[in-house]
Amino acid sequence: MDLHLTGDRPTPEEKAAVDFELGGAPESVWQGGAPDVEADTRSANGGNQKAESQRHLLLPVLHAIQNRIGWISPGAMNYTALRLDVPPAEVYGVASFYGMFSLQPRPAVVAHVCDDIACMTRGSEELCDRLDTRLGPENLPCAGGRAMWMRSNCLGLCERAPAVLVVKAGQKPQQRVLAPATTDRVQSMINDAANDVMPAAPDVLNPQLSVPQEGSPKLVLLRRVGKNNAPELDGYQRLGGYEALHKAFDLGPEGVLREMNASKLLGRGGAAFPAAKKWEALHMQRDLLKANPGRKHYLICNADESEPGTFKDRIVMEGDPFAVLEGMTIAALATGAERGYIYLRGEYPLAGQRLAAAIEAARWEGFLGQNILGSGLRFDIELRRGAGAYICGEETALFNSIEGHRGEPRNKPPFPTQAGLFRQPTVVNNVETLINVPLIINQGGAAYARIGTDSSTGPRLFCLCGHVDRPGIYEAPMGTTLRQLLTMAGGVAGTGRLQAILLGGAAGTFVSPKEIDVPLTFEGTRAIGATLGSGVVMLLDDSIDLKRILLRIAAFFRHETCGQCVPCRVGVVRQQEALLRLVDNRPMGSKADELVMLKEMAQAMRDASICGLGQTAASALESALQRWNVFA
Amino acid sequence: MILLWGSNARETHPIFFHHVLKGIHNGAKLYVIDPRRTSSAQWADTWLGLDVGSDIYLANAMAREIINSGLENTKFIEHATSGFEAYREHVQKFTLERAECETGVPAAAIKQVAHAYAGAGRAQLCWTLGITEHHNAVDNVVALINLALLTGHVGRYGSGVCPLRGQNNVQGGGDMGAIPDRLPGFQHVENDELRGKFEKAWGTKIPATKGWHISHMLDAMERRELTTLYCLGENPADSEADRHRALKLLSGLEFMVVQDLFYTKTAELADVVLPASAGWCESEGTVTSSERRVQRVRAAVPMPTGVRDDTEIIFDLARRLGHNWGEPKAECIWNELRSLSPMNAGMSYARLEEHGGMQWPCYDEQHPGEMFLHGRLWHDPLIGPRAPFSVVESVDPVDALDPQFPIRLTTGRRLDSYNTGVQSGWLNSPLRHEEAIDLSPADCRQYNLHEGDKVRVTSRRGSVVAPVRFDSGLRPGLAFLTMHFPDQVATNDLTIDAVDPRSGTSEFKATAIRIEKCLEQ
Amino acid sequence: MKQTMPAPSQAAEQELAPTPLQPIPPGPVPQAPPPRERRMIGITIDGQPVSVPEGSTILEAARKIGIDTPTLCFLESLTPVNVCRVCVVEMEGSRTLVPACSRKVEPKMAIKTDSERVRLSRKMVLEFLASSVDVSTAPQFAGYMERYDAKPERFGRNADTVEQPIKIDNDLYVRDYSKCILCYKCVEACGVDAQNTFAIAVSGRGFSASIATEFQVPLPDSACVYCGNCIGVCPTGALMFKSEYDMRHAGTWDESRQQQTTTICPYCGVGCNLTVHEQDGEIVKVTSPLDHSVTHGNLCIKGRFGWQFVQIEPAEKQE
Repeated sequence: MDLHLTGDRPTPEEKAAVDFELGGAPESVWQGGAPDVEADTRSANGGNQKAESQRHLLLPVLHAIQNRIGWISPGAMNYTALRLDVPPAEVYGVASFYGMFSLQPRPAVVAHVCDDIACMTRGSEELCDRLDTRLGPENLPCAGGRAMWMRSNCLGLCERAPAVLVVKAGQKPQQRVLAPATTDRVQSMINDAANDVMPAAPDVLNPQLSVPQEGSPKLVLLRRVGKNNAPELDGYQRLGGYEALHKAFDLGPEGVLREMNASKLLGRGGAAFPAAKKWEALHMQRDLLKANPGRKHYLICNADESEPGTFKDRIVMEGDPFAVLEGMTIAALATGAERGYIYLRGEYPLAGQRLAAAIEAARWEGFLGQNILGSGLRFDIELRRGAGAYICGEETALFNSIEGHRGEPRNKPPFPTQAGLFRQPTVVNNVETLINVPLIINQGGAAYARIGTDSSTGPRLFCLCGHVDRPGIYEAPMGTTLRQLLTMAGGVAGTGRLQAILLGGAAGTFVSPKEIDVPLTFEGTRAIGATLGSGVVMLLDDSIDLKRILLRIAAFFRHETCGQCVPCRVGVVRQQEALLRLVDNRPMGSKADELVMLKEMAQAMRDASICGLGQTAASALESALQRWNVFA
Repeated sequence: MILLWGSNARETHPIFFHHVLKGIHNGAKLYVIDPRRTSSAQWADTWLGLDVGSDIYLANAMAREIINSGLENTKFIEHATSGFEAYREHVQKFTLERAECETGVPAAAIKQVAHAYAGAGRAQLCWTLGITEHHNAVDNVVALINLALLTGHVGRYGSGVCPLRGQNNVQGGGDMGAIPDRLPGFQHVENDELRGKFEKAWGTKIPATKGWHISHMLDAMERRELTTLYCLGENPADSEADRHRALKLLSGLEFMVVQDLFYTKTAELADVVLPASAGWCESEGTVTSSERRVQRVRAAVPMPTGVRDDTEIIFDLARRLGHNWGEPKAECIWNELRSLSPMNAGMSYARLEEHGGMQWPCYDEQHPGEMFLHGRLWHDPLIGPRAPFSVVESVDPVDALDPQFPIRLTTGRRLDSYNTGVQSGWLNSPLRHEEAIDLSPADCRQYNLHEGDKVRVTSRRGSVVAPVRFDSGLRPGLAFLTMHFPDQVATNDLTIDAVDPRSGTSEFKATAIRIEKCLEQ
Repeated sequence: MKQTMPAPSQAAEQELAPTPLQPIPPGPVPQAPPPRERRMIGITIDGQPVSVPEGSTILEAARKIGIDTPTLCFLESLTPVNVCRVCVVEMEGSRTLVPACSRKVEPKMAIKTDSERVRLSRKMVLEFLASSVDVSTAPQFAGYMERYDAKPERFGRNADTVEQPIKIDNDLYVRDYSKCILCYKCVEACGVDAQNTFAIAVSGRGFSASIATEFQVPLPDSACVYCGNCIGVCPTGALMFKSEYDMRHAGTWDESRQQQTTTICPYCGVGCNLTVHEQDGEIVKVTSPLDHSVTHGNLCIKGRFGWQFVQIEPAEKQE
């Protein structure tokens, strides 16, 4: 297209970062290369289809610039525009959407300090206060101008709160997790990073810390986590890995779907949609797929785990990455997808490393590729990293993000199984959903369905955090009561007196200690007006001011709304304002008036927002107001 | 598939290009053939940057490739055309390899566009002045029409050929008989029966032979055969190629009347100037667009004092000359036209209003108008005469390049400006910069020029001074100027008045120049 | 007829006619391929049955039976983005309300357009917008607010807004993003739905998301080509012709004294319809009809702004 670029030019380093990501220097002068007068001035290939076909590289290229330089300059965006044939205003629109990208110059080292609800229960405010004293205010350079720190939404390290992620840009970009973090450790890490002596590994998965049940023979989903610590394909197979895939080849697509149906597996991402239904929707379009060379089926593993308090997918990916790949490969067999994507949360460096290594190993050993294990199945997986946007966990926003657009949700219908990624039929499954698949195939759908209850089958992962004695992920059959789960985790920490439990994260619901006998099933939680959501079980003792938690949740949504639809974009702001007034005890009119207004806002957000974010942005607040007289 | 040839529609026909873009988004392929990599070309799946004036070579080479690959539409050729054998033989010498030498375009690209055009289910071939402002303009057009006939991309829904008109009523001017050999409705003046119809209606004799087009008129002035000129809404003193000659001839006229909105360069030379209203917003009437759509223009604002409507002036003039034509009412004039021009007969003002304009031909008040022409060629049996292939040779531009004049200057229009600038000059366009000669960055390096440096541009006819601007869409040896700012850069001091004998157009697109950096900047 | 350059090619074509003296006989009237047959879908809206072709939206079905649905981000010539949510309706069996502007009809849908839930959501959308955006020049707002009893003032005077300095960086457009409801229409008009220049995009996120050029550069440094098609679709006056802005500023803008006349653009052969807005004998702005097959409401810089030459003073003209 006819691009118009401002006069800003890329630096050689920025150019190198983009070229490296795109696999080499540009083809012609028209994409920013050195002119070849003879060829370039006589003919040029391009066109809209070509531009559209490379648009999906936008996010990876922006990552490459951010990682190398530490921020993304207009010159770098112009060069990106030229190379990908994307208008610079759109490059800017996309780059400015994501929290991990800085469009202003900033130091190469940035410490992201989580101050979200789980970390609040573990001293994040005090940590921030001390950093403020020692390093100076957030968002300003420290360590001789080479670093800075900033507050962050939940980093998904809640079992080891408070958490800090240190990111360093450069030729060898690095990310380093500090959890639990102390002021001293943060300070020394910032200094190390600024002086280029960062440890190579971003993090260490410590099963004792993160999987308290480790070693228990009862574990099925988590049985390998920690046992195959430097994950290798051999180790995975020794522990029973890829048995299910072999079995799936014997069953064939129909057989796999039969078992999946029998298992009654519901999606673990939060929406609890029957997994088999999605797969079948693609399988039913297989004739169209065969008849039409332009048609493709896609499979996406949604690993953009960003719900505050949630960290189960991270631990699975860090501790048992091949299980995710195996689940996806079986899904590919059933759905006819030849390409899979893992859309990984950008702030998960260790999971990223392990998945990338696992994909590489699986390709090497023929578990991914043109003809998997000689079965004729063709399937490969590409790892894509998010860039700091909670909304991209919404499946249609995720499509837009992969495609190189702003991560704004699409209206449904059409549903992903009709027109998803690149407008092709697409299945999106959560990480936890996918690791249930090998289990189902191995033991048979019917046997699997006997775990849990009639309508909530199978084992479930729970993220215990907050004021709990032994935080971490816990595996328990569906139907386990909240009380049983708390007992497994050693009970309430902090003051030891439970005030509230947040189920399902910021988009979830509060339940009171009185409701502790609720069976943790989809139907059980629904019966008390709550949700299982992403499996968050966050305990709050009675030292916590619930109002502050509610305010933090409101701030979270204000920060994370994409801004596309009015009810959500403005609703989350008005909600936060009303809450602030109530917390400060200076209501407009009476408190009752404010509460009525909050209720109306909540209903409009729930009824009229495009996607789940807006529809649930008021649900935690509403559930709290129903249970307690928070603003008495 | 859309093939834009010698057209930068993105800038010169922006709303037409919206429709092209719609096609592109629906999966249509776009090919652009233009010496410059224009903003239109940047949308193309493939752009072919041929040498100025080598269009026929390219077209004939495409034809050879199509024929030799067996991609011609044999059925259509047999059914509806004539002269194919001679054409086929003629194009055999235009091999891809020689075409690459002659046009500069890689053989592979020529082959690609030939196959794409011939293989497309539907293909539009559109051109603008890049084809027609040449000394062999008609040959150029013919060469393209040959391609359409060869592939059957004509007279079908979605397939056709289309010259994109530069003014809102170029087509209408032709419709109304403002061409030397036609009466309104393209009825030939030398056809006695047709002429008789007009003579009867108008009660006067009409010269039985065709007249002059503008280039012929200039020649006639030179021969002193033409001594009086009535010039309406045209500014030949600025717009004609080789402006010095045009100025001299216009100045030498015995008597000239200029009827215009503006006191133009031409008006300065006139004996009488008749201030006229703006046709598009101060008058009633119709215009015809590129797609033959006749639409109403309406008076939206009152005309300034002292200014009169064109028709009113002409009617008054007639009255002074002893003819009472009655009330100068646009609709009455239109209805008279409808009674004489069959192709407009069905287009009452009421119907034009109702349909948002209608495309001719529209033979009666039940006729819906026609969205494309030449459908008759597909009718079985064939209606009317066969469409002829024509053998055309490639002839280089008249103004040859040589070591003295090594750079090829071509001309065109920019997005925010229009012709000699008498109208668009009043627009405060944020896009506008002072007129500059566009050069390739490589040439600028060679001549040690920076953007904004002033250069003297010299052709065999004249010389102007202009600042330099880089345009990476130009290759070395190619330069670009517009005629939008004649007071600042009189581009037509440079251009050549090598005229196509049939169309009367000058070769604005190909001038040989040299550039020298001005010592005084 | 204004013609400053010769028109060669039509003469060329005539030269080619096999026997130029004889008119070519008429052929068959050309036909477009018949459109795909669309079956009729029956739904009920507010208890009334209505039948519309497959692929129609709920909005179209509602309009067919005379139900007026408020819309802000919807325009017939643009792809529905369904972001403003003021058109939401209640659909039986749906957990949430659905946007009428983009939701396609399906057999047996039962729609309510005026239920309590619908009224509340519409009211809240209007209150959300009117409390955060200056809607004083948005023609539809007052009527909608009255209809849904919207009281944006109830969020208090300290409610956050999108207020920001007005952008006047060229002679043709004024951009006042304090009036922007983020309906995406301008982005669509600048993008694939019309102009394909992509000079603007939505930037940032959440409440601070805004329409921006690349890197927020002033318009003259951006890719903008001043077609004004964004202004043509702006529902709030956030984007305004400088001519209109200046007159409003001077207090002389008076739509009751204005007349609109549609005519044809003088600047090329495409035949774009121009709607000339005249006040007190002067052109004050130019738009284009949405429903015309040539322009679909769109123009280029010359058509939109190139009219100054007809109202310069005669003395100036002669310079």
